[in-house]
Amino acid sequence: MGRTLMKHDEVDYSDVQGLVHFGYGKMTEASYALLRIKDADAARAWLQVAPVTSAATMNPPPSTALQVAFTAGGLAALGVPGPVIAEFSPEFLAGMTEESRMRRLGDVGSNAPAQWEWGYETDVPHLVIMFFAEPGGLTNFVQNATGPGWNEAFAEMRWLKTANLDGVEPFGFTDGISQPQIDWERQRDPTRPQIDYSNVVALGEFLLGYPNEYNKYTDRPLVDANAASADLLPAEDAPGKKDVGRNGTYLVLRDLRQDVRAFWQFVRQRAGGDAVEGEKLAAAMVGRTRAGDPLAPIQNETIPGIGSQPDQIKQNRFTFDQDPTGSACPFGAHVRRANPRNPDFPGRPASLLSRVITMLGFGPKGFRDDLMSPVRFHRILRRGREYGPELLPENALTPASPNEPERGLHFICLNANISRQFEFLQNAWIVSTKFSGMTGESDPLLGNRAPLPGCPVTADFSRPRAAGLRHRFAGLPRFVTVRGGAYFFLPSLRALRYLATIGSG
Amino acid sequence: MVLAPIAPAREAELRALLDSMNEAPGRVNPNNALLPFEKFETLHFARLLVLNDQTIGDVGVYGLATRTYPLYLAFLGDIDGEASDFLAEVAQRAFEGLRAIFSCCEGFSAETDLVRWMQSHEAAPIANYVNWRGRTVRRAREEAKLRDALESYLAANTAALADLPPRELHQDLQRFVAAEKSAGRLTLAGEESTPVGWWIKNTLHLVGMPLLFLVALPLLIVVAPFYLLRLRHLEKTDPELCSRVDQAYSDKLAQTEDHLVTNQFTAMGSLKPGLVRLATTTGILWTVNWGARHLFTRGRLARIRTIHFARWVFLDGHKRMVFFSNYDGTVESYMDDFINKTGFGLNTVFSNGIGYPRTNWLVLDGCQDERKYKDFLRRHTLPTQVWYKACPGLTAIDLERNSRIREGLETTSLSEEEARQWVALL
Repeated sequence: MGRTLMKHDEVDYSDVQGLVHFGYGKMTEASYALLRIKDADAARAWLQVAPVTSAATMNPPPSTALQVAFTAGGLAALGVPGPVIAEFSPEFLAGMTEESRMRRLGDVGSNAPAQWEWGYETDVPHLVIMFFAEPGGLTNFVQNATGPGWNEAFAEMRWLKTANLDGVEPFGFTDGISQPQIDWERQRDPTRPQIDYSNVVALGEFLLGYPNEYNKYTDRPLVDANAASADLLPAEDAPGKKDVGRNGTYLVLRDLRQDVRAFWQFVRQRAGGDAVEGEKLAAAMVGRTRAGDPLAPIQNETIPGIGSQPDQIKQNRFTFDQDPTGSACPFGAHVRRANPRNPDFPGRPASLLSRVITMLGFGPKGFRDDLMSPVRFHRILRRGREYGPELLPENALTPASPNEPERGLHFICLNANISRQFEFLQNAWIVSTKFSGMTGESDPLLGNRAPLPGCPVTADFSRPRAAGLRHRFAGLPRFVTVRGGAYFFLPSLRALRYLATIGSG
Repeated sequence: MVLAPIAPAREAELRALLDSMNEAPGRVNPNNALLPFEKFETLHFARLLVLNDQTIGDVGVYGLATRTYPLYLAFLGDIDGEASDFLAEVAQRAFEGLRAIFSCCEGFSAETDLVRWMQSHEAAPIANYVNWRGRTVRRAREEAKLRDALESYLAANTAALADLPPRELHQDLQRFVAAEKSAGRLTLAGEESTPVGWWIKNTLHLVGMPLLFLVALPLLIVVAPFYLLRLRHLEKTDPELCSRVDQAYSDKLAQTEDHLVTNQFTAMGSLKPGLVRLATTTGILWTVNWGARHLFTRGRLARIRTIHFARWVFLDGHKRMVFFSNYDGTVESYMDDFINKTGFGLNTVFSNGIGYPRTNWLVLDGCQDERKYKDFLRRHTLPTQVWYKACPGLTAIDLERNSRIREGLETTSLSEEEARQWVALL
């Protein structure tokens, strides 16, 4: 099987927008322009020559990068034909603020889109253009890259500014440590059951036009060959069709405002004023120390897709198998929710017979066995950036000043199936008050704390102990508020040229 | 399940009546004037819906003419005890409301005897699944109250209790609960004795099915090669109907979803023509029903732990089938659960429906084509007009935890390890 998979062409990195491959860590300055299309002709003209950065490795590496992604409304405004747009995935077409979706994503109460700063009803951007630059380079880059046609083409809704906090998110924790390793070479056969956790995930989970973890292709538009699409790559799974999605992906952007003071004041107060204990509680809520070390124990066996550098071992060579009671890393800790690191079966059944026994329902029967869906179907690639000035925990204990600056995260993730990846993760693992056999608590950082019918308590956080009663903290405040968001399509460079020409004349 | 054809002229009136039972789309008024669900202490779940199958034209792919079926109203309840007792009670307490509803159906007049009419319109399921056999609504509620009481007690006495070794904590909580019970603040009724008749029927079913299978085995062995040949041929030639679902239809379904931690699900469609498919469906569902009744009785249907109740019902002389379930989480996670955990089981049953994604040896592939499967299922999903859940905030896992807490409490002496595991449930 592996051999037949390798027969396919290699991914043409020069066709993929760089953000899929790189986090642009050296380009510490970034700004995202949320735009509406003012003049379709001018927008097409601007996009046709836009200096979009590809995923090809360059020597020397570029010092700036520009990326473009569209909402469904943006594609329509650009003149992309309706039948082409209609073949994108339903959740992309419906958008983040569709009525039932708000309930699933936890965007209710204070998080409700009606209160967002952008992204609701008439405030949905058509596209986002993301600018990245090495220190000191952003202003010039934006000036040069936008150029003369910019104002004619686009109306600027708002600029999302970012801040470089040196890999630390506003609460003060090292961020972005755990990322899936994309199987770019398509070496792995996803149809084989996964007995042990692996961090290697099928290319098709992050890039459209390639097999996903079910070894199938995800929703995206395929078109008949015509003049406009001549440049597009063929669809692997549909002979004779051109693939508008290939080498592109979906991008989820959410503006998450973080109340850093509320967070540190809460943990300090619940720790009886003790700074060390307060930081321990904060770490338990995150599942890592501020430096990024996991609370779950490191294992000796290697994990596919997790490197063998000391740092990688120290920070990522773990699953939660060695912590079945949650006494090291609470079941409800953010990292345990966001990536439970569970393979296809509980109890690692090695033989076919034991797998069949498990499949028939006669496997491990403990209360917490087999509660979660296998994680390989629900991974996301995170590319978010922080905003607002740094506020160290020790300085966060005083009340906010009247003109307190806003802090938070422009959360960005890439995935090929928004519904099965981002939305599932956000709903079943982050927002759910029933995750992993618990009740009454959602994600300690991200939870909206809104009560549900029949579930008055949703604001707890529990720290299990190896032998003895769990430590339960009631009444967690809401530390994060959603202030905006939208679903975008991040096209390949070929698809961008197609989208920027198909609607003209 | 009461199943009755709707009088065509009265459909709009019926729909308006059903809507009047909700506070908002997807949110029932549990004490509505027509059928005050919360008054029935043996009722776990109930739903009323119009079985408006969008896919009856699918038989066209086999060159068959679309048949005209009546438009049915279905009334389902998942109850404790005997159906006849429940029907009598509901007929008594919701006499006017039910008459108003059923008067929109064919053959119901002012003179009709309500109970007898409902009984004569009973549609029996071919397979039925109950998450936890023997856990009544009353028991579920008592156990939820027990957990709440323990939570409050632990919160109020954290300093004294937090560091007790598990066995001592267990004993302390036993004393607390005993005191609450004798003060009348907590009730934990004993298990109601199982009626002898039920026990006999259950044992006969347990033994009878395998015996029947053994008796039929020689015949099955003779037939098997022909069956397999035919099945393989059908699998390779049966057409798939997995087009993208109409977004407006899907949005309408979504309107009634995700209001609670639990959702309802109804899917309906036509069976593939021919004896092989009918025999497969029937055989598999008999097996499912037998397994659900005797093997999967404590919180798990194979690996699935999120289904409270489910049932499969044949309609119109085995031409069509409808599936009902009550499950925790979103429809997306429900479908993922099935694909990832019991795809084989899903395939054996639903691949006999017209248009299902292609299977291989009945158990393989099929729903593993995630996109096709999800589109297939969404297209067959029906909106449910009225849906009631007795314990709206409790998932199947919550109910299991509460039951385990209670069972542990009622165990006089736990080992160190058992006590540790029990304390971890709190």
